[in-house]
Amino acid sequence: MGRLAQIGRRLAQAIRKLGSVVLFLLTMLQAMPYALRRPRLVTVQIHNAGVLSLVIIMTSGFFVGMVVGLQGYDAFSRLRQEDLLGAAAALSLIKELGPVVTALLFAGRAGTALTAEIGLMKATDQLSAMEVMAIDPMGRIVAPRFLGGLIAVPFLTAIFNSVGILGAYFVGVQLMGVDNGAFWSQMQEYVDSGDIREGIIKSLAFGGAASLVAVFEGYTADRTAEGVGLATTRTVVVTSVLVLILDYMITSFLL
Amino acid sequence: MIEIDDLRFSIAGRRIFDGLNLRIASGTVTAIMGPSGTGKTTLLRMITGQLRPGSGSVRVDGREVPALDRAGLYDLRRHIGMLFQNSALLTDDTVFDNVAFPLREHTRLPERLIRTVVLTKLHAVGLRGAARLMPSELSGGMARRVALARAMALDPDLLLYDEPFAGLDPISLGMILRLIKVNNDVLGVTSVVVSHDVEQISRIADYCYVVSGGRVIGEGTPEQLRHSDSALIQQFMSGAADGPVPFHYPASPYRDELLGGRS
Amino acid sequence: MESTPARELGAGMFILLGFASLFFLATQTTNVESYVNDKGYTVTARFEDVAGLKERAPVTMAGVTIGRVERISFDPKALNAVVSMRISPEFDEIPDDSDAAILTAGLLGSKYVGIGPGGSETYLKNNSQIQLTQSAIVLENIIGKLLFKLGMENDSSKPAE
Ligand SMILES: Nc1ncnc2c1ncn2[C@@H]1O[C@H](COP(=O)(O)OP(=O)(O)O)[C@@H](O)[C@H]1O
Ligand SMILES: [Mg+2]
Repeated sequence: MGRLAQIGRRLAQAIRKLGSVVLFLLTMLQAMPYALRRPRLVTVQIHNAGVLSLVIIMTSGFFVGMVVGLQGYDAFSRLRQEDLLGAAAALSLIKELGPVVTALLFAGRAGTALTAEIGLMKATDQLSAMEVMAIDPMGRIVAPRFLGGLIAVPFLTAIFNSVGILGAYFVGVQLMGVDNGAFWSQMQEYVDSGDIREGIIKSLAFGGAASLVAVFEGYTADRTAEGVGLATTRTVVVTSVLVLILDYMITSFLL
Repeated sequence: MIEIDDLRFSIAGRRIFDGLNLRIASGTVTAIMGPSGTGKTTLLRMITGQLRPGSGSVRVDGREVPALDRAGLYDLRRHIGMLFQNSALLTDDTVFDNVAFPLREHTRLPERLIRTVVLTKLHAVGLRGAARLMPSELSGGMARRVALARAMALDPDLLLYDEPFAGLDPISLGMILRLIKVNNDVLGVTSVVVSHDVEQISRIADYCYVVSGGRVIGEGTPEQLRHSDSALIQQFMSGAADGPVPFHYPASPYRDELLGGRS
Repeated sequence: MESTPARELGAGMFILLGFASLFFLATQTTNVESYVNDKGYTVTARFEDVAGLKERAPVTMAGVTIGRVERISFDPKALNAVVSMRISPEFDEIPDDSDAAILTAGLLGSKYVGIGPGGSETYLKNNSQIQLTQSAIVLENIIGKLLFKLGMENDSSKPAE
């Protein structure tokens, strides 16, 4: 009986949280015109979300690509189909690994920074001060950061994919001796524009989700050092789970 | 300027205001005093419309604040400046940009004119030379003066100060005190100063309210309050450790508790 | 903290790099041909056996890819496989008596369709059917036949001894 009541309470809590996220999103959309009239604010956030994540994205992309090249080579050489390595690496990067890993890295690098920044601004009354100055922090602070993330993630994903394919090329062709021409021609043979479209749709959805979670957690953090710390952790956890769930849903819709 | 009638408000199940009444006249310096946690900051947030009361009326400049819509609130706030307890400067912007912030948002002044206004305001608080510094490079007192310059940027009619003396060295404290006085005397700004520093506030306040337990328990000029016959106000004004507000948090008798473990 | 102009420059370079990557993905990893998938015309051919042929496999003529396999279906009445192929629009003068064969790239490689030119003056057009076809060569069958034949030869040579 007590257990049932507890589950009920948890469920009610989760539904309330979902509701507050939706409400938050609507409020933010209302404040969008303000942000869009100040592209400079968004540009700075694209810099913060994109440029500052570049090193980790490129490094990770290259190594993920190399691993894909190595594993792919191992599997295909058992089948005597080494020529398919390029196609397999490109497909797995473009359709799955690129969008998912980029979103997870983004949550860890830029998402946590966004949450901490907004949470700290709240804790130090900077957001309140703006309200008193008759400036909506949703438009001035939250919306540009959301847009910055939303725009940066698809580009980061494209960069991750390209570097990853080069990583697979490096291992497959340079180290393992897969035929250079076969690597690229088989890739072009099997990857089509639909695969790339799928990757872009995913990265847009993941970028939106990751950015929304990050700014929401920051904006609703407790006004204490501990509250901001907890919110940062939640950003990573919630984004990771959300991205994996979304990934399954989008894949099943698009396949 | 400000009329608050029968204000009631609860947050997270706790009653903060329980029938609070007060009046603040235009052009005066009014002090609001009271122990920590009585809701002084909350009261200021009601005046700026950031919080809505449970019931009762908050009128600023004749406008019923809780009834204002977003546009009305924003219009009202353009005439209000507020100095936050922890300054609340934008950490990513220079001192100059912090003071310029409300001007750039709310006016279409050319950058040259904004520069003039900002430097004037910074000069008034004695920090024109610090215009290029970042907030992290300022001392607490300097940060509060910059925040004051920012609060004054749009020449407000009403300035709200939340604990302006807390945590300041005597020199910085003297500067802030003087700035509040000058703003009031020279510019005719109505000032509301929240503080529990009785000694300092008595030097500049025209009128004081003592708030405790969700209502006003005493009011008058600093002189009147000092001679109040209420024991609670006496304790508060003189800073006695024990009195109607007991030194000891409610507890079981000392003797019983110490011996309790053995018996 | 960097200045706003510096960050704007950074953001601009980031976007450029992002577009360059997208361009790389769009041109290097995928065949531009697949963008014009809905252009051109469709022809069909019936095969007894298409074993191993996949959708999107190339359709070639003299070794040059002129189109792709669009759909492979089974005709339950005729009991054979119907392969529809989309041919790029620029190859619009293929004689209608050409033949189609399912070929293998290398000994064990992937299957594709090879068109052998006929001599007719009229050309294949949308929804034409290629009449002359040659099915996939299934290695197991060939080896099976080979072994069977060898066995027969051995059997017939014995009594002669
Ligand atoms: N968001 C909130 N949630 C729960 N309690 C709050 C919140 N904001 C303020 N309080 C409580 O309201 C009381 C009054 O707070 P405040 O106005 O900051 O007091 P003061 O400024 O007089 O020290 C405090 O006891 C505080 O714990
Ligand atoms: Mg306070």
